[in-house]
Amino acid sequence: MIYQFKKDNIPVVLDVNSGAVHIVDKMIYDILEYYPKKGPEPKVEKEKVLEALQGKYGVEDLNAAMAELDQLIQEEQLFSRNSTRGNNFKHVIKALCLHIAHDCNIRCKYCFASQGNFKGENLLMDFETGAKALDFLIENSGNRRNLEVDFFGGEPLMNFQVVKDLVDYGKEKAVERNKNMRFTITTNGTLLNEENMDYINANMENIVLSIDGNKETNDRMRYTVNNKGTYDLILPKIKRMVEKRGNKPYYVRGTFTKFNKDFAKDVLHLAEQGFRNVSVEPVVAPSEEDYALSVEDLPEINEQYDILEKAYFDKKGTTEEFEFFHFKMNLQKNPCQEKRALGCGAGVEYVSITPEGEIYPCHQFAGNRDFKMGSIWDQKDLDTEITSSFKNASVDNKEACRECWAKYYCSGGCHANAYHENDNLLKPYELGCEMEKKRIQNSIIIEAKKRLESEQS
Amino acid sequence: MTFITTLVRGTTTKEDSITGCGECQTSCQSACKTSCTVGNQDCENPNR
Repeated sequence: MIYQFKKDNIPVVLDVNSGAVHIVDKMIYDILEYYPKKGPEPKVEKEKVLEALQGKYGVEDLNAAMAELDQLIQEEQLFSRNSTRGNNFKHVIKALCLHIAHDCNIRCKYCFASQGNFKGENLLMDFETGAKALDFLIENSGNRRNLEVDFFGGEPLMNFQVVKDLVDYGKEKAVERNKNMRFTITTNGTLLNEENMDYINANMENIVLSIDGNKETNDRMRYTVNNKGTYDLILPKIKRMVEKRGNKPYYVRGTFTKFNKDFAKDVLHLAEQGFRNVSVEPVVAPSEEDYALSVEDLPEINEQYDILEKAYFDKKGTTEEFEFFHFKMNLQKNPCQEKRALGCGAGVEYVSITPEGEIYPCHQFAGNRDFKMGSIWDQKDLDTEITSSFKNASVDNKEACRECWAKYYCSGGCHANAYHENDNLLKPYELGCEMEKKRIQNSIIIEAKKRLESEQS
Repeated sequence: MTFITTLVRGTTTKEDSITGCGECQTSCQSACKTSCTVGNQDCENPNR
Protein backbone atom coordinates (compact mmCIF):
# COMPACT_ATOMS: atom_id res chain seq x y z
CA MET A 1 0.00 0.00 0.00
CA ILE A 2 1.39 3.39 -0.95
CA TYR A 3 0.31 6.98 -0.44
CA GLN A 4 1.46 9.91 -2.51
CA PHE A 5 1.06 13.61 -1.84
CA LYS A 6 2.60 16.91 -2.90
CA LYS A 7 3.22 19.95 -0.78
CA ASP A 8 5.20 23.07 -1.63
CA ASN A 9 6.05 21.40 -4.97
CA ILE A 10 7.71 18.45 -3.27
CA PRO A 11 6.23 15.13 -4.41
CA VAL A 12 6.45 12.46 -1.74
CA VAL A 13 5.58 8.77 -1.76
CA LEU A 14 5.11 6.74 1.42
CA ASP A 15 5.25 2.99 1.62
CA VAL A 16 2.71 2.43 4.36
CA ASN A 17 3.73 -1.00 5.62
CA SER A 18 7.49 -0.57 5.79
CA GLY A 19 7.39 3.13 6.70
CA ALA A 20 9.72 4.06 3.81
CA VAL A 21 9.46 7.66 2.64
CA HIS A 22 10.69 8.70 -0.80
CA ILE A 23 11.07 12.12 -2.37
CA VAL A 24 10.39 11.57 -6.05
CA ASP A 25 10.52 13.68 -9.16
CA LYS A 26 7.38 14.75 -11.00
CA MET A 27 7.68 11.95 -13.56
CA ILE A 28 7.75 9.23 -10.92
CA TYR A 29 4.80 10.88 -9.20
CA ASP A 30 2.84 10.86 -12.45
CA ILE A 31 3.81 7.27 -13.20
CA LEU A 32 2.64 6.11 -9.79
CA GLU A 33 -0.79 7.56 -10.51
CA TYR A 34 -1.14 4.60 -12.90
CA TYR A 35 0.03 2.03 -10.37
CA PRO A 36 -2.54 0.39 -8.13
CA LYS A 37 -2.24 1.89 -4.64
CA LYS A 38 -2.25 -1.48 -2.94
CA GLY A 39 0.25 -4.29 -3.21
CA PRO A 40 2.21 -6.35 -2.78
CA GLU A 41 3.26 -7.21 -6.32
CA PRO A 42 1.15 -4.55 -7.97
CA LYS A 43 0.03 -5.56 -11.43
CA VAL A 44 1.51 -2.75 -13.41
CA GLU A 45 0.67 -2.41 -17.04
CA LYS A 46 3.78 -0.61 -18.14
CA GLU A 47 2.55 -0.32 -21.71
CA LYS A 48 -0.38 1.73 -20.50
CA VAL A 49 1.93 4.02 -18.52
CA LEU A 50 4.07 4.58 -21.61
CA GLU A 51 1.03 5.21 -23.73
CA ALA A 52 -0.40 7.72 -21.30
CA LEU A 53 2.76 9.64 -20.47
CA GLN A 54 5.00 9.47 -23.53
CA GLY A 55 3.76 12.84 -24.76
CA LYS A 56 4.93 14.41 -21.53
CA TYR A 57 8.17 12.48 -20.93
CA GLY A 58 10.64 10.57 -23.09
CA VAL A 59 10.13 6.80 -23.43
CA GLU A 60 13.69 6.13 -22.33
CA ASP A 61 13.24 8.19 -19.15
CA LEU A 62 9.90 6.53 -18.40
CA ASN A 63 11.44 3.08 -18.70
CA ALA A 64 14.40 4.07 -16.52
CA ALA A 65 12.02 5.50 -13.91
CA MET A 66 9.93 2.34 -13.87
CA ALA A 67 13.10 0.30 -13.46
CA GLU A 68 13.91 2.32 -10.33
CA LEU A 69 10.41 1.63 -9.04
CA ASP A 70 10.91 -2.09 -9.75
CA GLN A 71 14.08 -2.00 -7.69
CA LEU A 72 12.30 -0.39 -4.72
CA ILE A 73 9.49 -2.92 -4.95
CA GLN A 74 12.05 -5.73 -4.94
CA GLU A 75 13.75 -4.24 -1.86
CA GLU A 76 10.38 -3.99 -0.10
CA GLN A 77 10.61 -0.21 0.00
CA LEU A 78 7.45 0.18 -2.03
CA PHE A 79 4.30 -1.96 -1.93
CA SER A 80 5.88 -3.95 0.89
CA ARG A 81 3.99 -6.74 2.55
CA ASN A 82 2.20 -6.24 5.83
CA SER A 83 4.64 -7.96 8.14
CA THR A 84 3.35 -9.70 11.22
CA ARG A 85 3.50 -7.01 13.84
CA GLY A 86 2.31 -6.31 17.31
CA ASN A 87 3.16 -9.87 18.28
CA ASN A 88 6.65 -9.54 19.66
CA PHE A 89 5.64 -7.49 22.67
CA LYS A 90 5.31 -9.37 25.88
CA HIS A 91 2.66 -7.27 27.57
CA VAL A 92 3.86 -6.10 30.93
CA ILE A 93 3.17 -2.83 32.77
CA LYS A 94 6.04 -0.45 32.18
CA ALA A 95 4.57 3.01 32.65
CA LEU A 96 2.42 4.69 35.28
CA CYS A 97 0.51 7.91 35.26
CA LEU A 98 0.47 8.57 38.98
CA HIS A 99 -2.37 10.86 40.06
CA ILE A 100 -0.49 12.41 42.89
CA ALA A 101 -3.11 15.13 43.42
CA HIS A 102 -6.79 15.05 42.55
CA ASP A 103 -6.97 18.71 43.32
CA CYS A 104 -5.86 21.83 41.50
CA ASN A 105 -5.10 25.40 42.47
CA ILE A 106 -6.31 26.90 39.19
CA ARG A 107 -9.46 26.45 37.12
CA CYS A 108 -9.30 25.60 33.44
CA LYS A 109 -12.56 25.72 31.56
CA TYR A 110 -11.73 22.72 29.37
CA CYS A 111 -10.21 20.55 32.12
CA PHE A 112 -11.05 16.90 31.38
CA ALA A 113 -10.30 16.18 35.03
CA SER A 114 -13.14 18.43 36.25
CA GLN A 115 -10.86 21.07 37.78
CA GLY A 116 -8.53 18.41 39.09
CA ASN A 117 -10.72 16.04 41.08
CA PHE A 118 -11.80 13.77 38.19
CA LYS A 119 -15.44 14.14 39.29
CA GLY A 120 -14.61 12.72 42.70
CA GLU A 121 -13.37 14.08 45.99
CA ASN A 122 -10.46 16.50 46.20
CA LEU A 123 -7.74 14.13 47.33
CA LEU A 124 -3.99 14.01 47.58
CA MET A 125 -2.24 10.67 47.21
CA ASP A 126 -0.51 9.57 50.40
CA PHE A 127 2.98 8.08 50.45
CA GLU A 128 1.76 4.53 51.25
CA THR A 129 -0.50 4.48 48.19
CA GLY A 130 2.22 5.90 45.95
CA ALA A 131 4.79 3.40 47.23
CA LYS A 132 2.35 0.55 46.69
CA ALA A 133 1.78 1.83 43.14
CA LEU A 134 5.52 1.80 42.45
CA ASP A 135 5.75 -1.73 43.88
CA PHE A 136 2.88 -2.70 41.56
CA LEU A 137 4.80 -1.28 38.59
CA ILE A 138 7.99 -3.16 39.44
CA GLU A 139 6.16 -6.42 40.17
CA ASN A 140 4.30 -6.28 36.86
CA SER A 141 7.16 -5.12 34.67
CA GLY A 142 8.65 -8.52 33.83
CA ASN A 143 12.04 -8.16 32.19
CA ARG A 144 11.47 -4.56 31.09
CA ARG A 145 14.30 -2.41 32.47
CA ASN A 146 13.19 1.14 31.61
CA LEU A 147 10.13 2.07 33.64
CA GLU A 148 8.35 5.41 33.63
CA VAL A 149 6.37 7.31 36.19
CA ASP A 150 4.63 10.58 35.38
CA PHE A 151 3.49 12.65 38.34
CA PHE A 152 0.16 13.96 37.17
CA GLY A 153 -2.90 15.65 38.55
CA GLY A 154 -4.70 17.94 39.18
CA GLU A 155 -1.63 19.82 40.18
CA PRO A 156 1.24 17.60 41.37
CA LEU A 157 3.12 20.45 43.07
CA MET A 158 0.27 20.62 45.63
CA ASN A 159 1.64 17.35 46.97
CA PHE A 160 5.33 17.83 46.36
CA GLN A 161 6.70 16.30 49.55
CA VAL A 162 5.04 13.00 48.59
CA VAL A 163 6.49 13.36 45.07
CA LYS A 164 9.98 13.68 46.58
CA ASP A 165 9.47 10.78 48.98
CA LEU A 166 8.24 8.59 46.13
CA VAL A 167 11.20 9.48 43.93
CA ASP A 168 13.53 8.37 46.75
CA TYR A 169 11.52 5.21 47.29
CA GLY A 170 11.30 4.40 43.58
CA LYS A 171 15.03 4.91 43.01
CA GLU A 172 15.89 2.64 45.92
CA LYS A 173 13.54 -0.11 44.72
CA ALA A 174 14.76 0.26 41.15
CA VAL A 175 18.35 -0.37 42.20
CA GLU A 176 17.30 -3.45 44.19
CA ARG A 177 15.49 -4.88 41.17
CA ASN A 178 17.89 -3.72 38.47
CA LYS A 179 15.40 -1.31 36.89
CA ASN A 180 15.83 2.19 35.53
CA MET A 181 12.89 4.21 36.85
CA ARG A 182 12.45 7.50 35.01
CA PHE A 183 10.29 10.26 36.45
CA THR A 184 8.46 13.05 34.67
CA ILE A 185 6.07 15.72 35.95
CA THR A 186 3.25 17.72 34.39
CA THR A 187 2.51 21.04 36.09
CA ASN A 188 0.62 24.28 35.59
CA GLY A 189 3.73 26.09 36.87
CA THR A 190 2.00 28.32 39.41
CA LEU A 191 3.67 26.73 42.45
CA LEU A 192 7.18 26.57 41.04
CA ASN A 193 9.89 28.08 43.25
CA GLU A 194 13.69 27.95 43.26
CA GLU A 195 13.75 24.93 45.54
CA ASN A 196 11.29 22.69 43.69
CA MET A 197 12.75 23.76 40.34
CA ASP A 198 16.18 22.55 41.45
CA TYR A 199 14.70 19.31 42.68
CA ILE A 200 12.82 18.75 39.42
CA ASN A 201 15.92 19.49 37.36
CA ALA A 202 17.94 17.01 39.36
CA ASN A 203 15.36 14.22 39.39
CA MET A 204 12.89 14.46 36.50
CA GLU A 205 13.74 13.28 33.00
CA ASN A 206 11.15 15.57 31.49
CA ILE A 207 8.79 18.29 32.61
CA VAL A 208 5.63 19.44 30.87
CA LEU A 209 4.70 23.04 31.66
CA SER A 210 1.18 24.15 30.81
CA ILE A 211 0.38 27.50 29.20
CA ASP A 212 -1.89 28.02 26.20
CA GLY A 213 -0.23 30.86 24.32
CA ASN A 214 -0.55 34.61 24.54
CA LYS A 215 -2.26 36.36 27.44
CA GLU A 216 -5.64 36.64 25.77
CA THR A 217 -5.71 32.97 24.75
CA ASN A 218 -4.39 31.66 28.05
CA ASP A 219 -6.55 33.80 30.31
CA ARG A 220 -9.73 32.96 28.43
CA MET A 221 -9.46 29.33 29.52
CA ARG A 222 -6.99 29.14 32.42
CA TYR A 223 -7.84 31.22 35.45
CA THR A 224 -7.38 31.31 39.21
CA VAL A 225 -10.07 30.35 41.72
CA ASN A 226 -10.86 34.09 41.86
CA ASN A 227 -11.49 34.18 38.11
CA LYS A 228 -8.30 36.07 37.29
CA GLY A 229 -6.13 35.08 34.35
CA THR A 230 -3.05 33.00 35.10
CA TYR A 231 -0.74 34.18 32.31
CA ASP A 232 1.12 36.81 34.35
CA LEU A 233 1.51 34.37 37.21
CA ILE A 234 2.74 31.46 35.10
CA LEU A 235 4.98 33.01 32.47
CA PRO A 236 7.86 34.28 34.68
CA LYS A 237 7.91 30.99 36.60
CA ILE A 238 8.09 28.72 33.61
CA LYS A 239 10.66 31.01 31.98
CA ARG A 240 12.83 30.63 35.06
CA MET A 241 12.22 26.88 35.08
CA VAL A 242 13.35 26.55 31.48
CA GLU A 243 16.33 28.83 32.09
CA LYS A 244 17.46 26.63 34.96
CA ARG A 245 16.72 23.45 33.05
CA GLY A 246 19.72 23.83 30.73
CA ASN A 247 19.78 21.08 28.13
CA LYS A 248 17.42 18.70 29.88
CA PRO A 249 14.17 17.91 28.08
CA TYR A 250 11.05 19.97 28.71
CA TYR A 251 7.90 20.92 26.87
CA VAL A 252 5.80 24.02 27.16
CA ARG A 253 2.39 22.68 26.35
CA GLY A 254 -0.87 24.36 25.52
CA THR A 255 -4.32 23.48 24.30
CA PHE A 256 -6.17 25.16 21.47
CA THR A 257 -9.95 25.40 21.26
CA LYS A 258 -12.63 26.85 19.02
CA PHE A 259 -11.81 30.24 20.59
CA ASN A 260 -8.27 30.26 19.20
CA LYS A 261 -8.43 28.37 15.94
CA ASP A 262 -5.65 30.77 14.91
CA PHE A 263 -3.37 28.94 17.34
CA ALA A 264 -0.22 29.34 15.21
CA LYS A 265 0.10 32.80 16.75
CA ASP A 266 0.07 31.18 20.20
CA VAL A 267 2.80 28.71 19.29
CA LEU A 268 4.86 31.56 17.87
CA HIS A 269 4.19 33.69 20.93
CA LEU A 270 5.61 30.91 23.12
CA ALA A 271 8.62 30.59 20.81
CA GLU A 272 9.14 34.37 21.08
CA GLN A 273 9.30 33.99 24.86
CA GLY A 274 12.37 31.82 24.40
CA PHE A 275 10.73 28.41 24.71
CA ARG A 276 12.40 26.02 22.28
CA ASN A 277 10.14 23.01 22.81
CA VAL A 278 6.51 23.79 22.28
CA SER A 279 3.45 21.60 21.99
CA VAL A 280 -0.01 23.02 21.42
CA GLU A 281 -2.68 20.39 21.03
CA PRO A 282 -6.36 20.34 20.08
CA VAL A 283 -8.85 20.31 22.96
CA VAL A 284 -10.82 17.13 23.50
CA ALA A 285 -14.29 18.10 24.59
CA PRO A 286 -17.93 17.01 24.37
CA SER A 287 -19.41 18.49 21.18
CA GLU A 288 -21.99 20.54 23.12
CA GLU A 289 -19.30 22.69 24.73
CA ASP A 290 -18.88 26.11 23.12
CA TYR A 291 -15.10 25.68 22.97
CA ALA A 292 -15.22 22.22 21.29
CA LEU A 293 -13.66 21.87 17.85
CA SER A 294 -15.65 20.37 15.00
CA VAL A 295 -15.00 18.97 11.51
CA GLU A 296 -16.10 22.33 10.02
CA ASP A 297 -13.05 23.92 11.68
CA LEU A 298 -10.61 21.72 9.75
CA PRO A 299 -9.74 24.11 6.90
CA GLU A 300 -8.76 26.80 9.40
CA ILE A 301 -6.86 24.36 11.60
CA ASN A 302 -4.96 22.94 8.62
CA GLU A 303 -4.03 26.45 7.52
CA GLN A 304 -2.53 27.02 10.98
CA TYR A 305 -0.39 23.90 10.66
CA ASP A 306 0.87 25.27 7.33
CA ILE A 307 1.69 28.62 8.92
CA LEU A 308 3.66 26.77 11.58
CA GLU A 309 5.51 24.68 9.03
CA LYS A 310 6.61 27.84 7.23
CA ALA A 311 7.52 29.58 10.50
CA TYR A 312 9.61 26.60 11.52
CA PHE A 313 11.92 27.26 8.55
CA ASP A 314 11.78 31.04 8.80
CA LYS A 315 12.96 30.93 12.41
CA LYS A 316 15.44 28.11 12.03
CA GLY A 317 18.88 29.43 12.99
CA THR A 318 17.45 32.54 14.67
CA THR A 319 16.94 33.26 18.39
CA GLU A 320 13.30 32.28 17.95
CA GLU A 321 14.08 28.83 16.59
CA PHE A 322 11.63 26.27 17.99
CA GLU A 323 10.58 22.65 17.88
CA PHE A 324 6.89 21.91 17.55
CA PHE A 325 6.14 18.56 19.18
CA HIS A 326 3.82 17.37 16.46
CA PHE A 327 6.28 18.14 13.69
CA LYS A 328 9.04 16.08 15.24
CA MET A 329 9.92 12.93 13.41
CA ASN A 330 13.01 10.97 14.27
CA LEU A 331 14.37 9.45 11.09
CA GLN A 332 17.59 8.06 12.51
CA LYS A 333 16.15 6.22 15.47
CA ASN A 334 12.55 5.88 14.46
CA PRO A 335 10.27 3.52 16.35
CA CYS A 336 10.30 -0.12 15.31
CA GLN A 337 7.38 -1.73 13.55
CA GLU A 338 6.19 -3.45 16.69
CA LYS A 339 5.92 -0.13 18.46
CA ARG A 340 4.06 1.38 15.53
CA ALA A 341 1.47 -1.36 15.67
CA LEU A 342 1.03 -1.23 19.43
CA GLY A 343 0.26 2.48 19.85
CA CYS A 344 0.15 4.16 23.24
CA GLY A 345 -0.25 0.94 25.22
CA ALA A 346 -3.01 2.28 27.49
CA GLY A 347 -4.64 -0.46 29.53
CA VAL A 348 -1.98 -2.89 28.40
CA GLU A 349 1.43 -1.57 29.37
CA TYR A 350 0.45 1.88 30.59
CA VAL A 351 -2.05 2.48 33.39
CA SER A 352 -3.04 5.34 35.63
CA ILE A 353 -3.44 5.07 39.39
CA THR A 354 -5.68 7.41 41.39
CA PRO A 355 -5.03 8.74 44.92
CA GLU A 356 -7.22 5.91 46.27
CA GLY A 357 -5.11 3.31 44.43
CA GLU A 358 -7.65 2.49 41.74
CA ILE A 359 -6.23 1.40 38.41
CA TYR A 360 -7.53 2.70 35.07
CA PRO A 361 -6.28 2.23 31.47
CA CYS A 362 -5.06 5.83 31.36
CA HIS A 363 -5.60 9.23 32.95
CA GLN A 364 -8.41 10.00 30.51
CA PHE A 365 -10.49 7.10 31.88
CA ALA A 366 -9.76 7.74 35.56
CA GLY A 367 -12.96 7.91 37.57
CA ASN A 368 -15.08 6.10 34.95
CA ARG A 369 -16.19 3.02 36.89
CA ASP A 370 -16.79 1.04 33.69
CA PHE A 371 -13.05 1.18 33.10
CA LYS A 372 -11.81 0.40 36.59
CA MET A 373 -9.29 -2.39 36.07
CA GLY A 374 -8.61 -3.10 39.71
CA SER A 375 -6.92 -1.67 42.76
CA ILE A 376 -3.37 -1.82 44.00
CA TRP A 377 -4.80 -2.87 47.38
CA ASP A 378 -6.44 -6.02 45.97
CA GLN A 379 -4.47 -9.15 45.49
CA LYS A 380 -6.58 -9.90 42.42
CA ASP A 381 -5.43 -9.83 38.81
CA LEU A 382 -6.45 -6.89 36.66
CA ASP A 383 -9.80 -7.05 34.86
CA THR A 384 -8.95 -9.18 31.85
CA GLU A 385 -11.98 -8.02 29.89
CA ILE A 386 -10.82 -4.39 29.98
CA THR A 387 -7.20 -5.32 29.21
CA SER A 388 -8.35 -7.47 26.27
CA SER A 389 -10.53 -4.72 24.86
CA PHE A 390 -7.54 -2.35 24.78
CA LYS A 391 -5.18 -5.00 23.45
CA ASN A 392 -7.72 -5.71 20.74
CA ALA A 393 -8.02 -2.05 19.72
CA SER A 394 -5.11 -2.20 17.28
CA VAL A 395 -4.99 -0.64 13.83
CA ASP A 396 -5.67 -4.05 12.30
CA ASN A 397 -8.99 -4.28 14.12
CA LYS A 398 -10.23 -0.77 13.39
CA GLU A 399 -12.12 -0.58 10.14
CA ALA A 400 -11.34 3.10 9.62
CA CYS A 401 -7.61 2.44 10.09
CA ARG A 402 -7.23 -0.60 7.89
CA GLU A 403 -7.00 1.35 4.64
CA CYS A 404 -5.52 4.52 6.13
CA TRP A 405 -2.03 5.56 5.07
CA ALA A 406 -1.31 7.19 8.43
CA LYS A 407 -2.05 4.16 10.60
CA TYR A 408 1.55 3.38 11.53
CA TYR A 409 2.29 6.98 12.53
CA CYS A 410 -0.64 7.42 14.91
CA SER A 411 -1.13 3.70 15.63
CA GLY A 412 -4.88 4.08 15.63
CA GLY A 413 -5.02 7.28 17.67
CA CYS A 414 -6.08 7.93 21.23
CA HIS A 415 -8.40 5.30 22.74
CA ALA A 416 -9.97 7.87 25.04
CA ASN A 417 -10.82 10.14 22.12
CA ALA A 418 -12.45 7.21 20.31
CA TYR A 419 -14.44 6.23 23.36
CA HIS A 420 -15.54 9.74 24.30
CA GLU A 421 -16.54 10.66 20.77
CA ASN A 422 -18.03 7.38 19.55
CA ASP A 423 -18.52 5.26 22.68
CA ASN A 424 -16.40 2.66 20.90
CA LEU A 425 -12.68 1.93 21.27
CA LEU A 426 -12.61 0.59 17.73
CA LYS A 427 -14.03 3.72 16.09
CA PRO A 428 -11.42 6.49 15.90
CA TYR A 429 -12.20 10.14 16.53
CA GLU A 430 -12.55 11.44 13.00
CA LEU A 431 -11.51 15.05 13.59
CA GLY A 432 -8.45 13.81 15.48
CA CYS A 433 -7.55 11.58 12.52
CA GLU A 434 -7.78 14.42 10.04
CA MET A 435 -5.62 16.74 12.15
CA GLU A 436 -3.09 13.98 12.71
CA LYS A 437 -2.82 13.32 8.96
CA LYS A 438 -2.16 16.98 8.31
CA ARG A 439 0.53 17.08 11.00
CA ILE A 440 2.22 13.97 9.63
CA GLN A 441 2.25 15.38 6.09
CA ASN A 442 3.82 18.59 7.34
CA SER A 443 6.39 16.71 9.44
CA ILE A 444 7.43 14.69 6.40
CA ILE A 445 7.66 17.80 4.24
CA ILE A 446 9.86 19.44 6.89
CA GLU A 447 12.20 16.44 6.80
CA ALA A 448 12.14 16.44 2.99
CA LYS A 449 13.03 20.13 2.86
CA LYS A 450 15.89 19.62 5.30
CA ARG A 451 17.27 16.82 3.11
CA LEU A 452 16.92 18.84 -0.08
CA GLU A 453 18.58 21.83 1.61
CA SER A 454 21.51 19.72 2.82
CA GLU A 455 21.97 18.24 -0.65
CA GLN A 456 22.13 21.70 -2.20
CA SER A 457 24.67 23.05 0.29
CA MET B 1 18.88 6.32 -8.13
CA THR B 2 18.24 9.18 -10.52
CA PHE B 3 14.60 9.94 -9.96
CA ILE B 4 14.09 8.95 -6.33
CA THR B 5 15.67 10.09 -3.05
CA THR B 6 14.85 7.81 -0.17
CA LEU B 7 14.27 9.97 2.89
CA VAL B 8 13.54 7.12 5.28
CA ARG B 9 14.38 3.54 4.55
CA GLY B 10 11.49 1.34 5.57
CA THR B 11 11.89 -1.53 7.95
CA THR B 12 10.33 -4.90 7.43
CA THR B 13 10.35 -7.72 9.93
CA LYS B 14 12.89 -9.44 7.72
CA GLU B 15 15.32 -6.52 8.02
CA ASP B 16 14.48 -5.37 11.51
CA SER B 17 15.13 -8.36 13.69
CA ILE B 18 15.58 -6.27 16.84
CA THR B 19 12.07 -5.10 17.35
CA GLY B 20 9.50 -4.99 20.10
CA CYS B 21 11.93 -4.74 23.04
CA GLY B 22 9.55 -2.22 24.61
CA GLU B 23 12.23 -0.18 26.37
CA CYS B 24 11.16 3.06 24.67
CA GLN B 25 9.08 5.81 26.20
CA THR B 26 5.30 5.47 26.34
CA SER B 27 3.76 8.09 24.09
CA CYS B 28 1.41 9.64 26.65
CA GLN B 29 4.31 10.27 29.02
CA SER B 30 5.68 12.86 26.60
CA ALA B 31 4.11 16.16 25.65
CA CYS B 32 1.24 14.26 24.13
CA LYS B 33 -1.57 13.46 26.48
CA THR B 34 -4.30 12.79 23.93
CA SER B 35 -3.18 13.33 20.37
CA CYS B 36 -1.34 10.04 20.13
CA THR B 37 1.69 10.20 17.89
CA VAL B 38 4.01 7.25 17.79
CA GLY B 39 6.00 8.12 14.67
CA ASN B 40 8.05 10.73 16.52
CA GLN B 41 9.22 8.55 19.36
CA ASP B 42 12.82 7.57 19.69
CA CYS B 43 13.95 3.98 19.66
CA GLU B 44 16.14 3.45 22.70
CA ASN B 45 17.63 0.12 21.78
CA PRO B 46 21.40 0.70 21.29
CA ASN B 47 21.72 -2.47 19.22
CA ARG B 48 19.18 -1.53 16.59
